[in-house]
Amino acid sequence: MTSGYEITGIAAAAWLATALVTMVAAVGVAVLRNIVHAAFALLVVLLGVAGLYALAGADLIAVLQILLYVGGVVVLLLFAVMLTSRMGDPEVASQPLAPLRAALAVTSLSALLAYGLIVSTRWRDVDAPHIVGTTADVGEAFLGRYLLPFEVISVLLLAAVVGAVVIARRDSRSEREIGERRR
Amino acid sequence: MIPLAHYIGLSAMLFAIGAAGVLVRRNALIVFMSVELMLNASHLGLVAFSRFREALDGQVLVFFGMTVAAAEVAVGLAIIIAVFRSRKTVNIDELRSLNG
Repeated sequence: MTSGYEITGIAAAAWLATALVTMVAAVGVAVLRNIVHAAFALLVVLLGVAGLYALAGADLIAVLQILLYVGGVVVLLLFAVMLTSRMGDPEVASQPLAPLRAALAVTSLSALLAYGLIVSTRWRDVDAPHIVGTTADVGEAFLGRYLLPFEVISVLLLAAVVGAVVIARRDSRSEREIGERRR
Repeated sequence: MIPLAHYIGLSAMLFAIGAAGVLVRRNALIVFMSVELMLNASHLGLVAFSRFREALDGQVLVFFGMTVAAAEVAVGLAIIIAVFRSRKTVNIDELRSLNG
């Protein structure tokens, strides 16, 4: 365990660059007027976070982040934006809601987080060796210690898929009639 | 090597930005994206803790969190689309029929 870290080397430079890009894109999500631009900024954030996962040695989580978030969530969001005409209305997207109160709330939250996490807490840094290839170990954890939650989560996913289809369906009766007519 | 405090600081900043988005924006979809931002911030913290504890529990927790987030996205977007169909708007300021 060492105290003063010096941030040098390619990994550190990559970390700093990724963190910077992620931060800038995150601000873009919160402030960009065009909703499609905001969605693409979110894409950059998710890719940046995936890179940070990879740099933290969590390769499986990084790949899952790209598969699930970049490949799934962002595409779904863009579908939702583009399938509904007035959703991307810049007027709706750009009007801020009670900016003064929100700014106050966010400033106090940031101050609280900065004080609690950075000023008052002394994080113990261990000289952890790079964990290489966590996939096998995580898989074993799923089929051992975390078997029950792993199975429960599949039921949750099934319920979510069915629920999403039921909620987003246009009108169940008219669609059934169309289906019967086709038959 | 990157110290843990850097990860935690970045995670906290991302969380604060996400909270700002939730509070400031009026479009339900952008609020939704900001919620995803906050989720990712917490996941980043978990992965960092997992790395510095040299234990995989944090990564397992992130996996479960991601799965729940995927379910949340599917249902949440379905709700937003259903609301848009019936009210023709996603401006959260105009959606106040549950406001007593």
